[in-house]
Amino acid sequence: MSNTTFAPTYGPLPIPVKELLPWAIFGGLLCLLAIYFVGAEEGATSMISGMYVHEWVHDGRHLLGFPCH
Amino acid sequence: MVGNLLLRGMLVGLFAGILAFGFAKIYGEPQVDRAIAFEEATAQAAGETPEPELVSRPTQAGFGLLTGVLVYATSIGGLFALVFAYTYGRVSSFGPRGTAALLALAGFVAIVLVPDLKYPANPPSVGNPDTIGSRTELFFIMLVISIAALTATIGLARRLWAQHGGWNASIIAGAAFVIVIAIAMYALPTINEVPEKFSADLLWRFRVASLGIHVVLWTVLGLGFGAIVERSFAGQLSRPASARPALR
Repeated sequence: MSNTTFAPTYGPLPIPVKELLPWAIFGGLLCLLAIYFVGAEEGATSMISGMYVHEWVHDGRHLLGFPCH
Repeated sequence: MVGNLLLRGMLVGLFAGILAFGFAKIYGEPQVDRAIAFEEATAQAAGETPEPELVSRPTQAGFGLLTGVLVYATSIGGLFALVFAYTYGRVSSFGPRGTAALLALAGFVAIVLVPDLKYPANPPSVGNPDTIGSRTELFFIMLVISIAALTATIGLARRLWAQHGGWNASIIAGAAFVIVIAIAMYALPTINEVPEKFSADLLWRFRVASLGIHVVLWTVLGLGFGAIVERSFAGQLSRPASARPALR
């Protein structure tokens, strides 16, 4: 119990930021990139030439509420 | 630990995405079809030759829609898990289920509801291709303002909590959020690119279906993630019960 005397001794235990940060950076970037491809690629901006990604996710982009053509 | 949370977030997101896809298919696709029929009729009347299809309509409405919704939902699930990992025990003093449910509500309001009220979802044939750049820009500006305002609101409520009590702190912070959003919505330009003879009924149904997809997604994500995390990490996310001070 000696290690619990410095902080409140009950309630939820936060996850240390040091442990969280690498996951937040890599996981977060990957997720945002994936959302970008569904939501905006080959619309306002484009990293891949052509319209295939846009046409493939076309219905999802409209229905998820992203601006689309 | 964080990796496990991230994985679970993405899996719950994937599951929520499957249900959201079902909703989109049943309630959303008929409206997309109606809008495309309008688009084609308009193009035909104007004497334009139809563009060759890169991806066929059945594929767009089937596998295309499925990929779009699942990739989006899985990614939202991952981001949700990361924000949960930060807020749990830090911003929120609720257990895993309460934290996840409140976080999903906050996420839905900030990421979906508020941007959608200003720049709602549009079916095909609504929207001028020449303005896609500015429309996308404005949409993301509204999204960023909304997320920032909600984050600040939660911080404000927490600061006022001790002095004013939970109810009053939440009402004051909530009112501040509404005012900030109202000003932003007033200041940002309005976009109306609905064609003259476009069906109002179709537009309404499409937008409600779009909102419904997100309601399904965020509800399943918030409630499902909380339940799974509480079961999987029972001992690790809270201090041992024996360390609780005795009730006075």
